Amino acid sequence: MGNVAIKANALVKWFGEGEAKTTAVKSASFEADFGELLYIVGPSGSGKTTLLSMISGILKPNEGSVLVEGKDIWQMKSDDIADLRLHKIGFVFQDYHLFPRLTTVENVAIPLILKKMDWNEALKVGLEYLEIVGLKDKAQLQPVKLSGGEQQRVAIARAIAGKPDILIFDEPTASLDGDTGRKIVEFVKTKILNPERCVIIVTHDSRIYEYADSIMKMEDGNIIAFERNTNAIPYMSHEK
Amino acid sequence: MSSILKIALKLLVNDRSKFIALLVGITFAVFLMIMMMSMFSGILSRSSSSVYNVGAKIWVMDPAVNNATSSIPMPDYVLSSARSINGVKYAVPIYFGNALVKLKSGAYQAVSVVGLDDATLYGRPELIEGKIEDIYAESAFIVVKDAEFKKLESPAVGTEFEINDHRGLVVGLAKVASGGLFGIPTVYTTYHRAITYIPSMRFTTSYILIEPKHESDIPFIQQQIKKLGYQALTRDQFVRKISDFYTYQTGMGMNVLMMTAISFIVGLSISGQTFYTFILENLERFGALKAIGAKGNELIKMILFQASFTALIGYGLGVGLASALMILAKLRLPSYAAQVTYTNLTFAFFMVLIMAGVSSYIGIRKVLQIQPFDIFRG
Repeated sequence: MGNVAIKANALVKWFGEGEAKTTAVKSASFEADFGELLYIVGPSGSGKTTLLSMISGILKPNEGSVLVEGKDIWQMKSDDIADLRLHKIGFVFQDYHLFPRLTTVENVAIPLILKKMDWNEALKVGLEYLEIVGLKDKAQLQPVKLSGGEQQRVAIARAIAGKPDILIFDEPTASLDGDTGRKIVEFVKTKILNPERCVIIVTHDSRIYEYADSIMKMEDGNIIAFERNTNAIPYMSHEK
Repeated sequence: MSSILKIALKLLVNDRSKFIALLVGITFAVFLMIMMMSMFSGILSRSSSSVYNVGAKIWVMDPAVNNATSSIPMPDYVLSSARSINGVKYAVPIYFGNALVKLKSGAYQAVSVVGLDDATLYGRPELIEGKIEDIYAESAFIVVKDAEFKKLESPAVGTEFEINDHRGLVVGLAKVASGGLFGIPTVYTTYHRAITYIPSMRFTTSYILIEPKHESDIPFIQQQIKKLGYQALTRDQFVRKISDFYTYQTGMGMNVLMMTAISFIVGLSISGQTFYTFILENLERFGALKAIGAKGNELIKMILFQASFTALIGYGLGVGLASALMILAKLRLPSYAAQVTYTNLTFAFFMVLIMAGVSSYIGIRKVLQIQPFDIFRG
């Protein structure tokens, strides 16, 4: 495995046609390395989520290419892209999107089940990941009975259960109070990030910038800055 | 069961209120459809009870006859001609008519009278009390002990009664394969006593029953009877003719069809709407599954499984409920005509599959439309 996890080349994405045409991302190029915690920051409407969607194989760019571990994902068939997401990329959504009718451990096991793992085996592995995020004792509870921070950790457990090389977080602290938000990101930095994994976080929460290895700033669809954070707190992996 | 289907099942059944609403919708629809069709089947079956009970292979009748109870008397030469057709083993007349019985209480009760050929007693019922030869005794009648038996004040062998101002004597009790449609008791006697006791027109033969020498002779016999200006139908053809009459010429069939269609539409509306709401509520999660890496066909499989599972459970409950109600009704009303047939069950099953298909189609369309990007956008 090379050191570059994701390479985006001149990505352009617009929505609508004619007068309604809006360009969300204008020629964005960057690289994210394994072992790196990269923040994509910027105000609302700056194109962060659109960029995130393009590099994670969810939204097809109008122009440009995305290489994940050296492979141009937008040259693949849609089922192959789905497979790539399943095996290489883990998602933690802003609203978590946990299944309220499933138990916590069943939620965590979903990527494993999609990978055709046997039900009992998937739950067993799911339990191990719940232990990593410190929620093993809440395995049989439904997500609605957990606090926001706990739900976020369940979503993280679900995202890492498939052992992805790339983890994508969309506004992980948006629904959390400052303290819980910091704890979550600290947890990601110290327990989830490792030399063989790249973590990309989209956020506009400046209180958690101290954990970032790199910060990419966006505005009006353009990358206006890409900075190394020399004061970043180093990671200390316990997982993978 | 594969793990992905287990997830689908848990998503479905753990949402208790929706799952119950779905089941109620489908169960109710199946219940109504089965009840309507079973009642209709029961009525059709009862309408041909005489044909089943007599059991002849070929029935000769006036072409205008459209059901067993409305026979048009035929002249005697038809019987003679029928007997002379090659391939006829034997041919006998039978009489169907109605009479009034005066009960001991003084009340009158209409009865259906079957007059059996004096020589052969062809088409006689199975006796449960008495001897068949006693039917030749003076004023002898055999009473069918069916659901209507009580209407004759449950007579025993030896009971005397008055029928069309004539003396009648019960010499036997019999059972038949199928009860009649109109809820009146049935009595058997000889052909000649029947036409003596019941006022009749110039001709008296209601039907001629033919036993062919071989099954292969039937078409020729039918052809020859047709040349006489009459119609010879096999038992199945006659039953079909009666069924067609009740289905298409009485409005009964259209009413049942409309009620069945309404039941289907009600069931489809409830299940379709509830399943659609269920899908809408889980739409973001299906989108999240897509984002995680679920393929379209896996999501389709999940939705089809959920719809089919609900449909099958609802079908089972609906059939069970309808059957239970029919059993209860038959305990209270022995002449209750409804009967569940394989055709009814198959039809209801087919309709339920349509409900599941339509419900899942709506859900699948919605789920396939949702883009993982929508999940990111929130």
